[in-house]
Amino acid sequence: MRRVRPIIVGCLSLAVAAVVFVIPFLFIALQAVKSRSEASRLNFQLPQDWLLWDNLVAVVEARNYQLLLAYFNSTIITLFSVTILVVLSAMVGYVMQRRRSRWNSIAQGAVLIGLMMPPAVVPTIGLLQSIGLFKTMTGMVLIQVAYNLSFSTLLYRSFIGTIPRDLDEAALIDGAKPWQIFFRVVMPLLKPVTVTNIVVQSIAIFNDFTNPLYYLPGRENVTVQLTLFNFQSMYSSQYNLLFMNILLVTIPPLIVFIFFNRQIVAGMTAGGVKG
Amino acid sequence: MVEAIRPKRKSPYPLWFFLPAAVIYGVFFLLPTATSFWYSLTRWDLTTAEFIGLENFRQFFSEPFLVQGLINTLIYAAMTSGLKTVFGLLLAVLLTSNIMARSFLRTVVFFPVLVSTIGVGITFTVMMHPTRGIINVALDAIGIDGPGWLTDPALALVSVALVDLWKGVGLATLIFIAGLAAINPDYYEASRIDGATRLQQFRRITLPLVQPATITVVTLSLIGGLRSFDLIWAMTRGGPGFSSDVLASVIYKQYQAGFYGLSTAGNVILFALIAAILVPLTRMFHRREIDQ
Repeated sequence: MRRVRPIIVGCLSLAVAAVVFVIPFLFIALQAVKSRSEASRLNFQLPQDWLLWDNLVAVVEARNYQLLLAYFNSTIITLFSVTILVVLSAMVGYVMQRRRSRWNSIAQGAVLIGLMMPPAVVPTIGLLQSIGLFKTMTGMVLIQVAYNLSFSTLLYRSFIGTIPRDLDEAALIDGAKPWQIFFRVVMPLLKPVTVTNIVVQSIAIFNDFTNPLYYLPGRENVTVQLTLFNFQSMYSSQYNLLFMNILLVTIPPLIVFIFFNRQIVAGMTAGGVKG
Repeated sequence: MVEAIRPKRKSPYPLWFFLPAAVIYGVFFLLPTATSFWYSLTRWDLTTAEFIGLENFRQFFSEPFLVQGLINTLIYAAMTSGLKTVFGLLLAVLLTSNIMARSFLRTVVFFPVLVSTIGVGITFTVMMHPTRGIINVALDAIGIDGPGWLTDPALALVSVALVDLWKGVGLATLIFIAGLAAINPDYYEASRIDGATRLQQFRRITLPLVQPATITVVTLSLIGGLRSFDLIWAMTRGGPGFSSDVLASVIYKQYQAGFYGLSTAGNVILFALIAAILVPLTRMFHRREIDQ
């Protein structure tokens, strides 16, 4: 009896999880390979012809290759934001963890506010306009850095607590300058949390919809999420192409998840438990 | 005393390490937040701001559809936070017990967290189609007449909250799994010897000892719920009518309509709401943690 129960519970939960969590993804994949008329029925029938390639080409070519531009823009924004984020938040987390000063409580307050409070959108647009960064990739990158600094700093600060100070002191005695200690000695030891930071923030910034919607309007600036949102009204009668687009947007996080499962879980729970 | 005599040595942890981050954060986050309080008191077209006192706030609270947005925000946050906490804990208990395909199930439950919110929103909008959507087709097959999930004004907000649960429960589950792993198994062993039932163990051991994780999940999901925008925007755009509008979507709509002062007033109300709910909550939790 005792040995049978786990199997029964397991089968049951597998069945429920399959229905609740797997079916939506199967649905996406299935609609994406159907013909236009088959997909408009929105059901689970298998397609007569598998049009994976045709639909893929149609989506990529739509609106003069807008999707390629969107992938390019999103990749650039993500790449630059995450690089700046990693360096700056590691520096802040390091000094916050190592040094007691009256700036510490201010920094701590700033981190807390950043985690909790939504940005003031229209004043931010006003500010970006006045310094000429509205509707620019540079502005978008700086916004992503500002909005995500708190979370990254939190991850770094708690991880740096596990690195013994002896190392910093040894380097100091050897005559290293502060920035040398940090970038040559400490930063390499932070690799696990740096990987976590890169993975988690890349996914967050790549998937971000709200901030590009506000701060990066305009056809030449489209990002992946905005393209998908615009396709929703454009392809209301071509569900096959709409779902092909969703499939394309779902694949990058899936690949990242397969390779970095452990780091993502570490980052999400560490940040969560501390926050 | 000794410190004072020795020539002042420079700290190996220089404060200028704060500087680059502080400049970006200060200029692009804190400064607009601070000026929003002023702009919320003005009629504003991004170039000139005319002071009109509390007129924007008066207008906000006298328009029924704007008040509706405020109430919906509270309903949405309470619903998503409550559901994620309950289902997250139940799933975590299930996924830490000895069942087959455990790691596969964990993966499946967590993956939606990483998927594009817009993609999830569009997919569920299609699946919730009142006549052709697979949810109602499936319900029809077992003899239930499915509702208009997103077309019925009384149901739209709830439907979006359920999709939010589907997308976000994986994170809650993950945090609870970490919390459950921190509980010393001896407690369960001892209580089993004393003859405690599974339910008693859950109530007397699991629930109190998993509390730090519970606090985290409640806090995180409340913050997320109060600020929620993209899923609602992708699924209903606040409709039908204004039945699923929340503060964040009101802010966007007023911005689009060119009412920048009013939009910013909505933003200030959202700040106040989050502070009013989360500051006492974190204080309370903090005190309780110290008591224990």
